[in-house]
Amino acid sequence: MGTRKTKAPPPAALGRAGTEKDLPDHFKNYRHVWVFIELERGEVHPVSFELLGEGRRLADQLGVQLAGVVLGPPGDSTRRAVAEAFAYDADLVYLVEKPLLTDYRNESFTKALTDLVNTYKPEILLLGATTLGRDLAGSVATTLLTGLTADCTGLDVDADGSLAATRPTFGGSLLCTIYTLNCRPQMATVRPRVMRMPQRSNKPIGRVIRHDLRMLEDEIVTKVVGFLSDGQSENANLAYADVVVAGGLGLGAADNLQLLKNLAQTIGGDYGCSRPLVQKGWMAADRQIGQTGKTIRPKLYIAAGISGAVQHRVGVEGADLIVAINTDPNAPIFDFANIGVVADAVSFLPALTEVFIRRLAPGNHIRLVN
Amino acid sequence: MHIVVCIKQVPDSAQIRVHPVTNTIMRQGVPTIINPYDLFALEEALKVRDHHGGEVTVLTMGPPMAEEALRKALTYGADRAILLTDRHFAGSDTLATSFALSQAISQIGNSFDTPDIVFTGKQTIDGDTAQVGPGIAKRLNLVQLTYVAKITSIDLSARAITVERRSEGGTHVLKSELPCLITMLEGTTVIRRGSLDDALRAARSEIVKWNAAEAGIEDITKCGLRGSPTVVKRVFAPTPREQKAVQIDTTEKRVHDIANELVASIFTHQPALQHELSSAGSA
Repeated sequence: MGTRKTKAPPPAALGRAGTEKDLPDHFKNYRHVWVFIELERGEVHPVSFELLGEGRRLADQLGVQLAGVVLGPPGDSTRRAVAEAFAYDADLVYLVEKPLLTDYRNESFTKALTDLVNTYKPEILLLGATTLGRDLAGSVATTLLTGLTADCTGLDVDADGSLAATRPTFGGSLLCTIYTLNCRPQMATVRPRVMRMPQRSNKPIGRVIRHDLRMLEDEIVTKVVGFLSDGQSENANLAYADVVVAGGLGLGAADNLQLLKNLAQTIGGDYGCSRPLVQKGWMAADRQIGQTGKTIRPKLYIAAGISGAVQHRVGVEGADLIVAINTDPNAPIFDFANIGVVADAVSFLPALTEVFIRRLAPGNHIRLVN
Repeated sequence: MHIVVCIKQVPDSAQIRVHPVTNTIMRQGVPTIINPYDLFALEEALKVRDHHGGEVTVLTMGPPMAEEALRKALTYGADRAILLTDRHFAGSDTLATSFALSQAISQIGNSFDTPDIVFTGKQTIDGDTAQVGPGIAKRLNLVQLTYVAKITSIDLSARAITVERRSEGGTHVLKSELPCLITMLEGTTVIRRGSLDDALRAARSEIVKWNAAEAGIEDITKCGLRGSPTVVKRVFAPTPREQKAVQIDTTEKRVHDIANELVASIFTHQPALQHELSSAGSA
């Protein structure tokens, strides 16, 4: 669906940004940085901690406070989320604790968050670009009629204190820096794994500001009637895997995906693919890695038969070590991989799996050092 | 039953090139397509119509050339196509886009029939924000159902709908009401090939074109650049990595030797991996 048209910024945009008017008076008392703490089925999504790390940096640059926003049902999980927000260095927490916030529903969460914003007036509001965060952020921004920059890869504060939100556009071919000029809060979403996970501390629970939610269950049209877990075996928590093996068109046939899975299993990793394989129906969409799929940040990433188009690159650049296997020595993946092998992935993967099996066998890894 | 599907014409991202000097997108010669994610929304809309009866109206906002995308949508079997085009819309961000589209959807309701469901794709491949669907829902006060993998049931007389919504680590089953806005996930359904009849009809059909006034928009300051709280200040190319990959020599070697060399190289780069892989893997 439609979004901003970003080529070069149209001349009028530059003109407007250049002749930036002062922020309207009623927005001038909007202060502090907020991070929405995503809590679903009792667990805090790690992206919330990554955002607290970013939020801390922005708040320090602005000389303001960092607040976590926790919305959830009364009980242990919500209390744990509050404690975790402090452990990841929030200065205070805004808390709405209501039974009708047990499951995420757009209506109740949008009202709770917009009420908080209208009452306590933050200048910056960050949310994870998860299915929940994107669902919520769009509704909140539209309700508040403020700017929202989605899927940012870089956040900074300008000399004048405004948020400079950088995001890829056109599938990652270009980056653009976006400002929310005359509205507050300045909202941004960031995908899981795009930002580094900050250190957890033992900081005790500090100031918690409780807020009410005046809403009745009857006012909420949508009811959650079930949850089908992906289960342990198929739990594609790809974004947070330490080792990832992914395949592209170079695998040639859907049957060869097994070679990928074998290697992943051998080295204790997860597996994924580039966009064309999802389009061909070879792999489920939530295993897609790249700009329109998942961002990963593993210690080891092995790309087999992936050419490395820019939209793929955007999703894997945070990996510590990128190994690329491709028949084409000029494939763009070799421009950003650390180690390259010009080889046919279909014949190379089984050999690589075998070598790993041999070398990782108990007692064998001492020999590896030489 | 009346269904509105919002689509967007986008440049085929696989073929986008960036001008090496000016860092602008070189649009010349880049073919445009219907945003691939929108095709799943369109297909789902057509399936619902085929099952429950009624009409599918396709709506897009864009330059006059976006007519092509609408005509393509008609070949799949949509009943009506409306192009929202006005230079006042230029430079719209997600907030201004959702305003214009929601006004046009209200006008579609006035001119034809009030929509029971509005569909969008989950996001576009050029902007990737996934925010316009939620924006439309909020402005039209529609129930918002995003990332829908499956519509389990629709009961028109009870105005009830049950869907499966993708969320982190699983799928939620949601029971809700019409009218609603659904953003459809990709890969959820097989996209039909249009019939010959539809192709002929599409070629003959007139695409309805609305400017801002015709779409019922009175306050033009809510559109385009003026209606967009966000402004793009800088556009630049990603910094290339300084070093290219270290290549494992593959000349005149057996594949096992190459694999051996690669694994040695991996462990040289990241010695800690030796221990981590051996304890994590099933080797």
